[in-house]
Amino acid sequence: MTFRQIKSNVIVALCGGAVVAALVPLAMILFYVISHGAAALNWAFFTQLPKPVGELGGGMANAIAGTLILISIAAAIAVPVGVVSGIHLAEYGGTPLATAVRFAADVLNGVPSIVIGIFAYGLVVLPVHRFSALAGGFALAIMMLPIVTRTTEELLRLVPSGLREGALALGATRTRAMFTVILPAALPGILTGILVAIARIAGETAPLLFTAFNNRFWSVSLGQPIASLTVQIFTYAISPYDDWHRQAWAGAFVLVSMILVLSIVARLVTRNLERMNRGS
Amino acid sequence: MKQVASRDDRAYRYTTAIVAAAIVLLVLGIGFELTRQSTLAIQKFGFGFWKGRVWDPVSGEFGALPFIWGTLYSSILALLIATPVSLGIAVFINEVSPRFLRQPLTYLTELLAAIPSIVYGLWGVFVLIPIVRKLEMLRPEWLKNSPFLSGPPLGVGMGAAALILAVMVIPFSSAVAREILKGVPMNQREAAYALGATRWEAIRVALGYGRVGIIGAVMLGFGRALGETMAVTMVIGNNPQLSASLAAPQYTMAAVIANEFTEAADELYLHALIEIGLVLFVITIIINALSRFLIWSMSQRAVAPAPRPVVATNEAAVV
Repeated sequence: MTFRQIKSNVIVALCGGAVVAALVPLAMILFYVISHGAAALNWAFFTQLPKPVGELGGGMANAIAGTLILISIAAAIAVPVGVVSGIHLAEYGGTPLATAVRFAADVLNGVPSIVIGIFAYGLVVLPVHRFSALAGGFALAIMMLPIVTRTTEELLRLVPSGLREGALALGATRTRAMFTVILPAALPGILTGILVAIARIAGETAPLLFTAFNNRFWSVSLGQPIASLTVQIFTYAISPYDDWHRQAWAGAFVLVSMILVLSIVARLVTRNLERMNRGS
Repeated sequence: MKQVASRDDRAYRYTTAIVAAAIVLLVLGIGFELTRQSTLAIQKFGFGFWKGRVWDPVSGEFGALPFIWGTLYSSILALLIATPVSLGIAVFINEVSPRFLRQPLTYLTELLAAIPSIVYGLWGVFVLIPIVRKLEMLRPEWLKNSPFLSGPPLGVGMGAAALILAVMVIPFSSAVAREILKGVPMNQREAAYALGATRWEAIRVALGYGRVGIIGAVMLGFGRALGETMAVTMVIGNNPQLSASLAAPQYTMAAVIANEFTEAADELYLHALIEIGLVLFVITIIINALSRFLIWSMSQRAVAPAPRPVVATNEAAVV
């Protein structure tokens, strides 16, 4: 073998090494989350409130409920706005406004989540001087919005133009063609995009720190501070108590499972869609 | 053909336009709000805010230099680790791997992006930091005195933060790099092989063809690293100091906001923190816009590949 061939083989092997280098931390993280987390899980974790400092046991019932509430608020704001914006981009994509909206969505996607937290703090928390579930949900909605917008646009564009032309030829207005023909055709894909967006915001902590804040008690009121899995994990992880560390791992396990299930469902739906589009 | 718009359609167009415009307003609103909420600090300290080395909220002294330093240093270190790994992954999946492994490997690397920052942080605190601490204790004497590795073996610090950031950035950079490599026309590689290139030399030609987009991929990762909050906050040690040492606890812009925002008792303190957020916002917009432009310009070229003479030699440097 010449020197050049040896060099080539070495570098190709190093590329394989790079894949291993990325998969090792992935495997380690999943291993620890599963082994520590599953060991710490019990019925109380899902049904009880956090115990006061020094008492063993307790759970994260309020944080799990809180995370679900925050996600629901975020989706309630981001889905309608994002889908309608996506419809506009798909229908009138060439205008300067559309270009600006696309750019803004991309910018928004790259804004650090902590900065979005500051914005939500200034807009929702400061005027009423109270942390609230609403503020947290609003911050998460901003993070969700660009994903929903862009996937809606892309999926509407994927709908075969024959469908649209058929509807228009039958005398439907553009509005009617969109809402009765095109949007329903793209709906499964859009729902997948929404699932992906939810999976992304479910794990966010930074934007909740000073919007939803935290709450050690059961609260489902939108105007009050609310607990979330992520903030609770953070609080417990940096605390000095072993029992809280144990619960932090359990929380991480629940969170990661939630996110993985969402991603896998989204993936299966996408695969089925692709199969359907290929017409087999 | 002239479009005949009914009244119904006009309403449709303008209503959806108003909703879509909200996204633009949102971005402008964030910039406006952050500026408005930081005016006190901007007026009081001016540019000196970014040169001050002392952060002492109790005495009202706010210098943000250590945070800028910590953010840039940790992000750049992370890129130094993540870039070769990301490129290696992209090359392996696209050019080397057997076909049946491509999909699973892509999915696994993407899984790294699905894990929440807080879980990285948790893992960092309880798994990575003890490992780093052990490594730090193994330093030989001469290393303990070098400026890059000096300091007591705490475990927490710049090194741990850079490592975690690197892992978090890899899925983003490698995904884009993979797309870019996929867009490189086959004839580029074939031409290289025809000239007698080895496998690596052909890959290097492909990388060279896509270098603009790959720089974009790296910058996209940079933007991610700059704004990353939770995992870094939990492992970097949160000590505002200017140090080149990987073993030294330091602080980042995002971390100081996360830690001190709810404790900021007086208005000047809060405004100083929000000013840090404002700068983070502006920097990430610039980096992201630039990276998107590079990736976009690459995709334009991939559509209409200009025939370029590409010669594979051992001497040509890969940029």
